[in-house]
Order: sequence, then C-alpha cells, then structure tokens
Amino acid sequence: MSTRVPVTATINNEDVTFLCEPRQSLLEVLREELGLTGAKEGCNNGNCGACAVIMNGALVNSCLVLGVEAHGATITTIEGIAPREGLHPLQQKFIEHAALQCGVCTPGFIVAARALLDKNPNPTEHEVRFWLAGNLCRCTGYDKIVRAVLDAAATLRAQAASAAGDEVQ
Amino acid sequence: MTVLEQERIQTQSTSKTFRVIGRRVPRPDGVDKVTGRAQYGADVKLSGMLYGKVLRSPHAHARIVSIDTREAEALPGVKAVITGKDFKPAEDRVERSGEGVVNYSYLSQNVMAQDKVLYHGHAVAAVAATNPHIAEEALARIKVEYEVLPPVLDVLEAMREDAPILLPNLRTRELGEPVSDRPTNIASHEQYARGDVERGFAEADVIVEREFRTSTVHQGYIEPQNATALWNADGFITVWTSTQAAWDERRELSEILHVPISNIRVIPMEIGGGFGGKLNVYLEPLAALLSLKAGHRPVKMWMQRDEVLKATGPTSASVIRVKVGARRDGVITAAQAWLAYEAGAFPGSPVGAGMGVIFAPYRLENLLIDGYDVVVNKPAAKPYRAPGGTNAAFASETVVDELAEKLGMDPIAFRRINAAKEGDRRADGPVYGRIGYIETLDAIANHPHYRSPLPAPSAPWCRVGRGVASGFWFNWDGKSSASAIVNPDGTVSYLEGSTDIGGTRASLAMQLAETLGIDYTDVRPMVGDTQTVGYNDATGGSRTTYGSGIAAYHLGKAIIRAMKERAARLWDVPAEDVDVDGDTYCYGERCITFKALCAKLEETGGPLSVSVSVDTHGAIPALATHVVDVEVDIETGKVSILRYTAAQDVGRAIHPDYVEGQIHGGVAQGIGWALNEEYVYDADGHLLNASLLDYRMPTALDLPMIETVLVEVPNPNHPFGVKGVGEVPIVPPAAAIANAIYRAIGVRMTTLPMKPSAILKALGTIP
Amino acid sequence: MQAFEYVAPRSLDEATHVLAHVGAEARCLGGGTDLIAQMREGRRSARVVVDIKRIPELDALKFDPIHGLTLGAAVPCSRIHSHGAVAAAFPGLIDAVSLIGGIAIQNRASLGGNICTASPAGDSLPALLVHNAHVLLASAQGTRRLPLSAFFVGPGKTVLRPDELVVQIELPAPPAGFGAAYLRFTPRNEMDIAVVGVGAAVVLENGLITQARVALGAVAPTPILVPEAAEALVGKAPSPEVFADAAAAAQRAAQPITDMRGTAEQRRHLVGVLTWRALQRAVERARVSQLPQPTAQ
Repeated sequence: MSTRVPVTATINNEDVTFLCEPRQSLLEVLREELGLTGAKEGCNNGNCGACAVIMNGALVNSCLVLGVEAHGATITTIEGIAPREGLHPLQQKFIEHAALQCGVCTPGFIVAARALLDKNPNPTEHEVRFWLAGNLCRCTGYDKIVRAVLDAAATLRAQAASAAGDEVQ
Repeated sequence: MTVLEQERIQTQSTSKTFRVIGRRVPRPDGVDKVTGRAQYGADVKLSGMLYGKVLRSPHAHARIVSIDTREAEALPGVKAVITGKDFKPAEDRVERSGEGVVNYSYLSQNVMAQDKVLYHGHAVAAVAATNPHIAEEALARIKVEYEVLPPVLDVLEAMREDAPILLPNLRTRELGEPVSDRPTNIASHEQYARGDVERGFAEADVIVEREFRTSTVHQGYIEPQNATALWNADGFITVWTSTQAAWDERRELSEILHVPISNIRVIPMEIGGGFGGKLNVYLEPLAALLSLKAGHRPVKMWMQRDEVLKATGPTSASVIRVKVGARRDGVITAAQAWLAYEAGAFPGSPVGAGMGVIFAPYRLENLLIDGYDVVVNKPAAKPYRAPGGTNAAFASETVVDELAEKLGMDPIAFRRINAAKEGDRRADGPVYGRIGYIETLDAIANHPHYRSPLPAPSAPWCRVGRGVASGFWFNWDGKSSASAIVNPDGTVSYLEGSTDIGGTRASLAMQLAETLGIDYTDVRPMVGDTQTVGYNDATGGSRTTYGSGIAAYHLGKAIIRAMKERAARLWDVPAEDVDVDGDTYCYGERCITFKALCAKLEETGGPLSVSVSVDTHGAIPALATHVVDVEVDIETGKVSILRYTAAQDVGRAIHPDYVEGQIHGGVAQGIGWALNEEYVYDADGHLLNASLLDYRMPTALDLPMIETVLVEVPNPNHPFGVKGVGEVPIVPPAAAIANAIYRAIGVRMTTLPMKPSAILKALGTIP
Repeated sequence: MQAFEYVAPRSLDEATHVLAHVGAEARCLGGGTDLIAQMREGRRSARVVVDIKRIPELDALKFDPIHGLTLGAAVPCSRIHSHGAVAAAFPGLIDAVSLIGGIAIQNRASLGGNICTASPAGDSLPALLVHNAHVLLASAQGTRRLPLSAFFVGPGKTVLRPDELVVQIELPAPPAGFGAAYLRFTPRNEMDIAVVGVGAAVVLENGLITQARVALGAVAPTPILVPEAAEALVGKAPSPEVFADAAAAAQRAAQPITDMRGTAEQRRHLVGVLTWRALQRAVERARVSQLPQPTAQ
C-alpha cells in the first residue's frame, strides 16, 4: 500500500481532514472514506457527470480529481445543496416535474444545474442543454430535467427579486 | 387461485372520477433521490467489508489452458481469489426467468468462464482484497494461458456450416426439439405461418422486399452492475444488489452456488436503471463465493464502465429480410419475414419477440415468419426494453412506409386500412383484446405536429423530412405480492416487491390509495426483499403498474374487508352489513371514516396487517405511433432531430408524469439506437468503443423536447384500466427516423445505426 | 490504479528540480482529465505525479492587445473562454476551448495538457496552430521557446524531454482584419472526439486575404498546418470558389486512417466540408473585426 497523506478541505461547509492515497480519486474518497455516497460512479472517466461536485466554485467530475488535490479546497456535494430547512429549488423542481426516474444521475444533474444557475440565472433551453451535455441520463430523455431546471431558475430569480425588494423597503 | 384472485375485477367506467389516479403527485422517494441519500447498491458499506474485482478475457474466443493465481494470493491485502474451478457445474436446465427463460448452466458459465472464453471481457477470475486498488493489482498477477480460437462476429457467418463452433454441445432446436445431431451455432429456428403467402403476393399490386441490418447496442443504464454479498458462517447468504428481479436472482444464485433458496436473501437496493439489463446475475455469485472463501467477510463489487459494455447484456445485432405486398386499394395481401438475431455467447436472443413484433400492428391473412437464434463471440444478449422489437419494427415499418409511398397513400392512412383491432389474431397466436392502435394513428393524424408544414432547412446544405412509424409490445402481467400494516394514525404502510425503476412506488401507492378511498399521502410505500415480502416477478415486461397494481388493488380490498369487520365489531353488527363508500364505513346511520376506524384498532381486535399474492392475467398489448421531423446535413451526413411526437395507448395513465417519462426515455433510447449507438469490434473480436465517450448515447444537446399524446383506451382486465407503457416507446423511433430521412434525402436507410458515414455512403458521397 | 507519489511544487524551480530527479517516471498533472483517466486504464503510468497548478507561471493568463496572450499551461479552458477580451481577440481558440468535453471537463482541462497529450484529434491544437502559437518549455537546464507546429512528433508524442515541462503557450496579438474559426465534426453535438477538426485563420485587407492559415486535426499522426491551403487563399478575395480551392488543398494534405470513430474516406471528405465552412466563418469574423470597434473606457 502506498503512503497515505493527510488532506484538509471544507466539504459542505464543514472542515474535514482525511488520509488518502494519492491514487484515490476525490470520488472514491467521498464515497468510501467520508460516507458521502451521493456522488455516483457511472463511468469513472469523466463521460457521464454522475459524480459531479463543485470545487472552489467550479463544476468538476470528482472521478477526475485526485483526493490529494482537494487539500485546501472548498467542495460542495449533492449532500450540501439543500438549505438547513427544506430543499433547494432545483431539488424541489426535480421532484415536482418528475425529472428523475431511477435517480442515479440526479445528484450530478442537480449539482451541475446549481453551478449553471450560479453563473447564469436566466438560461435559455439551449444553454441548459449545452451546460448539461456532460451529464448523461438514460431514463428521461432530458425533457423533464430541462423543464425542471428552467422552472427552478425562474423560482430563484423570483426569490432574488423579492429579496432585493425587501432590501429596498 | 385464492378467493382473492378469483374476485372479479370490475373496471371502473371511464366516466368515473378518480380521487388519486391521474394526478401528478410527488414520488415518495423523491427527497432521498434529490438529496443524494437514496441507497444504491454501490453505496452499501458493511463492517469488515472487502472489495472485489474481476479479471476478464482479452480474447473473443479462446480455450483456457491454465490459470495460475498464486502470485495474486500472495499479495498482501488479498483475501480470496476464485476461478471457474470454484464453481460446481450448474444444471443444464431451462426455466422461465424475467420475461424470458434462463439456462442455469449457460448462466453459470457466463458469470465465470469454465474451459472456454466466448467473448472479449468474459470473466475468468475474481479477487477480493482490503481495497479496490489492491484487488486490481492482484488481477495483474494472475497468469492465464489461452489457446486463441478464431472468433465468429457476424450472425450470417455464424450460420455457415463451416463456421467455428462456440458451444460444442449445441444442436439446433425447432419447437423445442433437436432437429439434427450436427454441432452448430444456430440454437433455434422457429416459424409462424398463416394462410398462403405465395397466393397473397400473387394478389398484390405492389411488393416491397428489403434486407436490413442492425448493430449490437447496450441498455446504457448509468449505474454499473454491483453486488455486495455476505456468505455467513451459518450458511446463510445475503446479497445487496442492483436488480430488476430479486426473486429470479435468488433462484439463479441457488442454482449456481448449489444452496437452497431459503438460505439466500436478495435485497434489491435502489436501482440506477436497468431496461432489461439487470434481470440476471453477473457479480452476485462471484461476490458470494469470494465472501465464503475470504472467511465470511462481506465483499462489495461494482463494474467499471468498460466491463459493463464488454460483459453485460447488450441486445442483439440482427439481419432481417422483409417482403410485404399490397393491393392498389391499400390492403396488405401478404407479409413475410426472415429474422436472424445474434444471441451473443449463449442461446437466448429475443428473436422470438422480434417475430411477434414485426407485423403485429396489422391484420394479416397470409404471413410467414422465420426466426433464428444464433450464438456469436459477443457478450450474451440480455433483454433491452421491448427486446428484439426495435430491430423488427425498423425493418417492417420502413417497408410499410415504402409501400404507402408506392401506392401514393398517406403513411397513416395506409396503416389505418390495415390496422389490427380487437378480435384480430396476432402472428404469434393470441387474439387481440381491446387495443388502441387505430386511436394512436388518429391521434398523430390530427396532431398539430403532423398537420404543420415542415420547417425550412437551417442551411443550404441541409434537407428536412418527416417520418411516421408504429410499434407494438406484448406487455406482461405475472405474479406479485404485497403486504400492508394499517397504522392507528390512519396511514397504511405498504410493502411491495417490485423494484422501483422509474416511479412505481408512486403509481402503486396511488392504486392502493384509490382502492381504499384515502389520500395518497396516507399510503407509505416501501420496496421489500425476498425475505420480507412475498414473491414478485421481475420489474420488466411493462408489468409493474399492471400486475403489482392488481396486487395493490387486492391488498386494498383485503384491508377493506378487515376494516368492515372492525367496524362491525365496534358496533356489534354483522360485518356483511357494513357498507363502504370511499373512506367511509357505515351501518345504517352510523358511519365512521377509515382514519377514525384506525384509531379504534386497539379496541376492535388489535393490530391489523394484511398480505396478498396474485397471479395476474389479462395484460393487453401496447401500440404506439410516432412522428418525427429530421434535418440531414447532406455534406456531413449528420441527422438532427427537430421535433418528435409520440402517441401511445396507455390504457390508463395512473401517474401521467411517469407515463410521459417512460415515453420520453424510450424515444430517447430509440433515437440513440437509430443514429449513433453501436458496438464497434475489430476483426479479432475486441470491442473498441467500450466507453460512454465512444458509445455515444444521446446527450441533452442531441434531443429536442419530446411531445407525448397519452391515448387512454382502458384495459377491461385491470381495475383501473392499466396497460403496460414502458417498452413500446422504443419500438417505432428507428423506423420513424429512417422514414423521415428518406423524405429528406430520397434514400432508404437499411442499416442501424444511421450514422453520418452511413448517410454519406447511402448518398454516394463516399465509397 | 498503480500507486504513485504526489507532489505539488510552488515554484517552477521546484518543479524542474523534481523532473530532473525523477525523469521519465514523473508525470505533470494539470486538470487531470486525460492523465487520471489514462493512468486508471493503465495506458500511462507514473512513480511521481507533479501537480503543476500551484506554480504561479503555469496558472497565469495575461493578455494585452499589443503583446498578445500568454496562457499558463495549467489554466483551465473555462478561464479562457470566460475572458471577454481574449474571447474577442482569439475566436478560433475560443471555438475550441468551448467544446472540449463538457463544462466539468472545461473547468479542469488545460491547453498545456491538451498539447502534451498530443492526440491527433485534440480540439485546441488546430486552433492554436492557426493562431500561430508558440510554447515555452522549461527544465533545470533552462528554457526554450518553439513554434507549436514543431512540438508534435506523433500520436501521443512530442519533443518534450522527460525533464521538461510546458510553462506557457503564447499567442501573438492578432492584426486588424483578423478572423479565425475552429470547426470539428462529431456524431454527437457535445462530449465527443473530433472525427475531423479544422482550424482556419485569415487576415483581410481591402477586401483581399493577405494572410491565411489552415490546420487539420485527426487526419494525420499529428495536427498539421496546410501551407498549400494558405497559398490558395492569399492574394484572393474571399469567395466560395476560393474556399473550395483551399479545401481541396487541405484534402490533398490529409493522410487519414480508418478507426472506430470514422473511416479514411469519410475523414478526407469531411476535411473539404469543414475547411470550406471554417474559412467562411473566419472570413465573416474578419469582416466584423474590420468594423470600428468600441473603444475601451
């Protein structure tokens, strides 16, 4: 066994220290060492997006990141998307629109969509499809997923507008 | 049959207003699945757990001369190594399994090669170690000596008399009986015949005859196969796995491991897609044997994506010849088909289903259909959504389109003239019940999509076209069991045994709530396992909402009977005099709601739980008609899907969102199959594109929104009118797209996939 | 995956020192989108993985309209295409970096990685070639600078020595009237490997093409520049016929093979189609760039 090295990172707003072998991917560390099994392994080479997490503000496939690279990083996984109370609008809209069937790609889609809406709060259908092209779904034909993301974007915009209105008042 | 099963099912009239059915309620497992907390097979973690990996054959066809595992066993961290020698031969016996049949000997040889490897990726050894990396290092230390044999990779080549033989004991069977003592790759030949096709063709004014080829394609579920097994010191085996068929897998494990079913518990975890590919065991027996050999430690295994593509069930490549004749008035006079399907390494292609699908939408007096099941050096074919149907409909529906064109008829009008309806006999024998094929044709004919002009091409080098095709799927009914606990707070805990692959917890709970007249949210569904709930046939064959729905209905009726007795006891009146209307139980003027009665369980006899098992019959086939607009770039050969509309007879949409979802998913898979998906082999039988990058399933950017028309022609054999919906949506797309391509560029495509290079070749642009 | 040691040097000196000691058994890790996948599949191995993302020079993106663009070898694609001024000045590059993988890949994959992987089908390579890119290499011995066209040797092979790493990629500032484009053909619309890729760049002056570059991907052992295609363009007014002449020259220069992603015939044909279309797009962009630009505030 190769040497395990200590890594400290902030994962879902919690400081975490773990030991990992350099050959372990961030995905393997999350799933097998830290018990965060929400990120899924679908292909283990960056072609399906099921393992997507947000690392230092950027959407990445955790199967193509080494665990040791996470040292000092801030990471959000699917387990960190929901607020303390209730669900994130994306999560809510995925349920409302029936945008999942088997659900195994869902964590990756929600994390990827969250990264999109952080950057572009008002995407077109084409922009949603382009952004999500790195996430494969085999059950839904993407129809209801795209609708859920567009609807969540509208909800988030309305929430932002209402919050801004409150501030003005 | 129990009394329950004999109870006559009264289909609710179409005018009946449902309380729950037809609503778009949130699924019970939604929150777990959007927060990442749902537990899939690969998420299992047990105390002292080891990790298993499989060594796979680099050859498509070879004899195993020797395997030396000593160096692997010596690696620190390695706890067990197994090879084919650790498997006692399983019986050469065929039994029904899932929708199809299984031969346990072949299944055993498929999960671990014995003396021969039959495809690139065939398992030859497996290792359990303290972490997956060590297990992988150990694989590299296993020495396997092979005697490489010539592979057979094409169905027509495999059928030749001088072809290399895969299975020395295989003999061709017709109607189940061997017809020759000669070794062969043709496992079976079946035939459906009716009338006189020669006379029928003589009566025809127009005859179209073509040969079609389709490539091997994969189900493409996003979650790779996985299994965690504990073979305990007491001899009991527990398996946590991703399966559509927990009870079938229990029996398969029993046959392969020679352990009674009562010593095996199969726990179906949340499943990340299956589409027919997770009806049989792969890793489960390996994990169990590794666990035994490692001293009863649990072993978790999951496949890498290349293993999924190389070694788990794709569906058959095929060669199909179709000849159909019609009179000038549009009536089909004869139809003939010859189908040869690749079974992969072991017999069992879905050619029989293809034979049933190929002309199913039409009323035919003269037909002749021959089908061949042929082994080749590719992974053993497994069911894939309407197994065999897409291949068959691609061929027949392209020919039907060409006939309509040659007769100068609208393709829908031509189909309408010949459309099968209730009372017509199918090629494979059964007489149609109340099918809704004509209704789907009318739905498309009247749809704004079909009535709108084609959009203008987006560039000077693009052409647009519109195509139509129909499809059929048998649908299955089968056996289901369920249990319920009636809680004092008025809710019902509902335990069912159908793996929920696409929202069936919701559609089943809705049927139970509807039966009981209570709110959907007062039913708490949960999927059980082989130890906690009665037998359930597989989640497959589009049966779950139908068959397990009937179980939910009978469960509800049993609860109602029990609750009537409780009300009777409460009021000290005869139970048969208690009337039930919705959730209200009355005796004369005295009434009590279900919820209030639940609060009185303690004083009316104590806890209440109910179980039922049913053997359902009466599934009615699904029919669908699709229309698609495509744009073809004639310089690059690329086909884009501009607009897609699918009309389908769904019987009754219990949860319309998930019915639409089934159609969306089936269409998307059909589009992938039609345009890009295929297995690419080199001449030696190595699979070259064993990754999701090069297998090219559609992304979100490759598809438009998919419009659906849910045509509801209720099934009289189901209490709420349900027909299976999951499979037929994948049947028409390839043909519809081929027909649209023809209208765009004037070329009939006869091979799948209709990939860019194939289009350029068909256009004569490249050789 | 085989076990390896991981180091993350903070300076170029530190990195070249490691490479000098470990040599051929070291691999530089940028975004890892090629390296990690290849190591997992056993196609590459390493005793030491050198994470180069913490080296300031390799993480820098510098642009000014006079000196052009300096791209640290580890800068991820998404930082390039989200940089407004860079996007405006280097449209061919932006075409390429916007379609490498999906968003999650673009957030990690770097051009240093793309050129060191040296896949004949690497999307950024034809684009960089038509933007006349140079590369700066460093080792403990010092640095050397060479045109990117001299960097590739064969599939997966470059002139990079085991003790060297790519520090940065330099693109000269485009002149007025410059336009460029990169087009690729893939069966899927995204998440696919180019069957053929074509980069084209032109400079338009007074209605004539005064400079031109055409580069091809996935049709030779390395990405290639096609001087004959450029010759067919220079001195001419852009027209469909002139584009067709250049496209024919590109087809003649291509030496495609048949593999699982496409046939030789298909590739040769597509070279013609894509060269024509890339030139048309490059010229359109050149015309726009000739228009008076809004001045920066």
